[in-house]
Order: sequence, then C-alpha cells, then structure tokens
Amino acid sequence: MKAHILAFWAILKKDMQNYYLKPPNISWGIIFPVSWTLMFFIRSQQAVDIRFILAGVMAMSVLFGTTSMLSVTITFERKSRSFERLLLSPISLNLLMLAKTTGAILFGIINAFIPVLFASFLIDLGGINYLMLLLSVVFIAVTSTFLGLFIAVSVSEVFEAQTFSNFFRFPMVFLCGLFLPIENLPVFLRPLSYLLPLTYGADLLKYSINNEASIHMAISIPILLLFCCFLFFLSTHNIKKRWIY
Amino acid sequence: MNPIIQANNLQKCFGDFEAVKKIDFHIEEGEIFGFLGPNGAGKTTTINMLTGLAKPSGGTLSIAGLDGIRDIKKVQGLIGIVPDESNLYDEMSGFDNLVFCASLYGMKKQERERRARELLVQFSLDDTKDRPFKAYSKGMKRKLTIAAGIIHNPKILFLDEPTTGIDVQSARQIRTLIATLHAKGTTIFLTTHYIEDAQRLCDRIGFIVAGRIIKVSTVKQLIEQAQQEHLMQFSVQGKEVVLAKQLMDAFPSIIEAKQEDHTILIKSKEELCLMPFMQFFDTRGIQVREAKLIHPSLEDVFVKVTGVEISRLNKEKEGKK
Repeated sequence: MKAHILAFWAILKKDMQNYYLKPPNISWGIIFPVSWTLMFFIRSQQAVDIRFILAGVMAMSVLFGTTSMLSVTITFERKSRSFERLLLSPISLNLLMLAKTTGAILFGIINAFIPVLFASFLIDLGGINYLMLLLSVVFIAVTSTFLGLFIAVSVSEVFEAQTFSNFFRFPMVFLCGLFLPIENLPVFLRPLSYLLPLTYGADLLKYSINNEASIHMAISIPILLLFCCFLFFLSTHNIKKRWIY
Repeated sequence: MNPIIQANNLQKCFGDFEAVKKIDFHIEEGEIFGFLGPNGAGKTTTINMLTGLAKPSGGTLSIAGLDGIRDIKKVQGLIGIVPDESNLYDEMSGFDNLVFCASLYGMKKQERERRARELLVQFSLDDTKDRPFKAYSKGMKRKLTIAAGIIHNPKILFLDEPTTGIDVQSARQIRTLIATLHAKGTTIFLTTHYIEDAQRLCDRIGFIVAGRIIKVSTVKQLIEQAQQEHLMQFSVQGKEVVLAKQLMDAFPSIIEAKQEDHTILIKSKEELCLMPFMQFFDTRGIQVREAKLIHPSLEDVFVKVTGVEISRLNKEKEGKK
C-alpha cells in the first residue's frame, strides 16, 4: 500500500513539475480565466451582473483548463512512449489514471478560483456558500478531467486531442444552462442538456454563489458522482482495450 | 536449472490475424535468452505479452512462479523493461528520471537516490546527471534508459535492441553491463538485430518467424550445426559461363552451388579441398581471382533459419528508426 502511495505521489509530482507548473501553463491558467472574467465584467453594467456570471466564468475556466491539459499531456506521453513506462510499472491501472488525473483536477480547481479572486476586488462576495462552491468546483474539475481522459484515450495525436476537445466543450458551454437558461433552449435540445455533467455542476455552482438552482442538489450530487464513475471507468476500459491490446 | 519463464501455447490474435501462433518456450533462471527474427515475425508482440502490454488470446504463461496473465502487476514488480526507443522524460534530468522510475517500484527515497547515483557512475553519466534528458546524446539516452530498467534490481530484464544506433564505446559499455548482470544471476531476454551481439552474449537463442518459434538452441549447438556444412567461395574472371550445374556434376559431395555474376558459392557436407576445384576451373580456361573457405557463423544460421538476409534486416531496422 505504501509503495502504491509513493508511486501515486511520484506521478502526480512529476506531472505537476513537467506540465502544470511550467510557465506557459501557469500563464494559460491565469490569462484564460482573467480574459473571460474581464470580457464579461466589462460587459456587465452593474455589480450584481458580475455575481451572476461568476459561476459561468468559473465553470469555463475549469472545463477548458482541465480538458486541454490532460488530453494533451497524455497524448504527448503516448507519442513519446513514456506513458508505456507507467503502464509497465507494478501499479494498478486505476491508481495510475487517478495519479495522472489528480494533477489536472488540482490545476482546474486553482483555475476556478482565479475569477473569484478577481471578483473579490470588484464586488462584495458575502453570502457565498464556500463549502458548496468548493464541492461544485471539485465536481466540475473531476468530470471535466475524466472527459479529457476519455478524449486522450480516443485520439493518437496532440492536434486531434485539441480538436476533439472542442467538439465536446463548446456545445457543453452553450447547453449547460450557464449563460442561457435551459428552459429557454429549444425543446429538442433540452434533453441533451441533462446528459451533460456540466449542467449539474454549473447548477450547483450557481446555487453556492446566488442561492438559486433549477435542479435540487439531492439530484445533482448523485448524478455528478455517477458521471465521475462512468467517465473514469469508460476511460480505463478504453485504455485496456486500446493500449493494453 | 528452473524455468523462470514458461510459455505454453501462447497465442495472440488481432481479429483474424494470428500474430503469435501458439508458441512454446521456456527460459532458464539466470540465462541470457536471445530472441531473433525478422520484422513482423512476432517478437514485439511476444515481449508485450510477457511484460503485460498485451493480453494473450490463448495459452498459459508462468513468470517467476506467478501466473503471467492473471498476476501481471506482481510480475511487473519483478521485471525490468528496456524498450527499443529511449522513453524517459525529456524535461527531467538524468538523476530525476532514475529517481522517478525507482519511485514507481516503491523504493524508499534514500534507497532510490543511492541507487540512481550508483547507476550514473556505473554508466559514466555522473557528470551529466543534472542535464535534462533531451540534452543527452543518443548513446547517453540509451544508457540512461537501461539504467532506468534495472534501477529496482529486477529478476528478469527485457532488453529490446540495446545497442542499436549508438556509438561503439557506448555499445561496448552496454555489452559489458549485460555480461555483469548475467554474472549476478539476472535473467535476460534480449532481442537484437546485431547477430554478433547475440552470438557474444546469449546462452540460448530462439528464432521466431511468422509468429512461430522455429528453433531454440544454445549458441554453441547452432554454430556447430552450421559448421557441419563446408562453404567455399570463388571469384572468377573472364566470360560469364554457368558453372553451378557443371560443378555439382563434377563433385558429387557438393549439395548446393550458387552463382551470381562472377561469384560462385558451393556448399558441401564433406571437407573441401581447394586443388580439385582449381583444376576444374583451369581445364575450362577460367581464371580464379579469389578462393576462400567460409566458416559459417550464427549469422548464417539466422539466414538459413529465417530466410532473411542480414542486409535486409538492417535496412528494415534503419527504416523503422
């Protein structure tokens, strides 16, 4: 067990040092949320608007940060065959993938709080349920990272990972109810919204910031947990099928 | 001696294609086993099955007393793998790469750092230990990749093309290291396109062709078998005459005669004497420029067994690189 913890920590630390804490990624992690934040904040006419769009900016920062980073790093390691080294080590595939995804999850969580930090200088952030905020950010980060993992397993080139990520990300942003309420979407698109993990994560996020939700959290939380398990096991199943052929 | 690896009816299919066709072989504890064959013969697929990168479609596999299919994660703790391409992390230093690899095997901090330093000295890489892997030369990368493969002192080491594409000095150092590991009792599974390496290092050799193991024998036996045939090569001058048939008619002991332009190769089960052949050529007015006796080597055995010329094999390898 101790050996497994050691290997988990070594992989996480290596990924942090090699990818997530590299200057280009730190700047991406800061510039991306700051740009989104600025764009929406400048568009906002009054303080209350900032509070309403905060959830959307946070969710997008997490979604784009995690899916990009994980799918690209895994595809890159596959190309250089260093990922093979991890697959050949005596740690279970589930633990290995948890170690690989934890870095991206942490990266996503940190990304999510940059808009909060930025907003704290502009508006009063009183009344936010921070525990719930953290929980919803963790859920969005985990599901987005596992989605990134699913993408990484499905492609073989870095550019394919980027293209395939956008195929999921942009529709998710528009369908998850962050910027356009689901009730206002065309009837035929609404069922799609409820098939996206971001819909439930974003709703929880809105609840923690503005105390309003369209889905009860007793429904959102179990559904998000199910999404986490489903995406993770789907990805590991695909790894076994495609990479341990 | 006990077999440390025992494969029975090991098979791998990709859809309708049977890449490895129910092969049986065993590897004794502490031996260096050479696994030779042309590209596409099933070498990599077999190694992948032995190391856990591929699941066999059929058969059984026992490695170090464990079920090599069911207990593969336990097996992976006992084996070291050095792939044909150096696959360490470009951004990390030589030292950090080794320490990281040791962590994957659950080695404690002090132990892994000590072992990393020890290997860096052993491979003459201690001066460059802080340099990122991407700044290493090809030979240095290869040595560090091997060091990463043995950092946890594996019982069995899988070495895939360890000396391909590196300088003479590094290749010599790697051969010495393989011999040292062998002397310490490590079992080594070696694939190489350099037949001289196999001849020099291996105890036994298995030839795989088109997914089947067609011969397994000791290097000594293989060479002895090859040397039961006597070969002589003549380079002749003058107009081109087809002499192969005439030679076979004149000398019944010849079992095969091949002619390519001005070069004639004859093969006999009996020892060959030069004089009768010189007379044969002389009576036909053919001048012999050069005559030489050829002592069959492992390379000849390889060519005979696999049907692949070494030059083609090297070209294939270059193409692959």
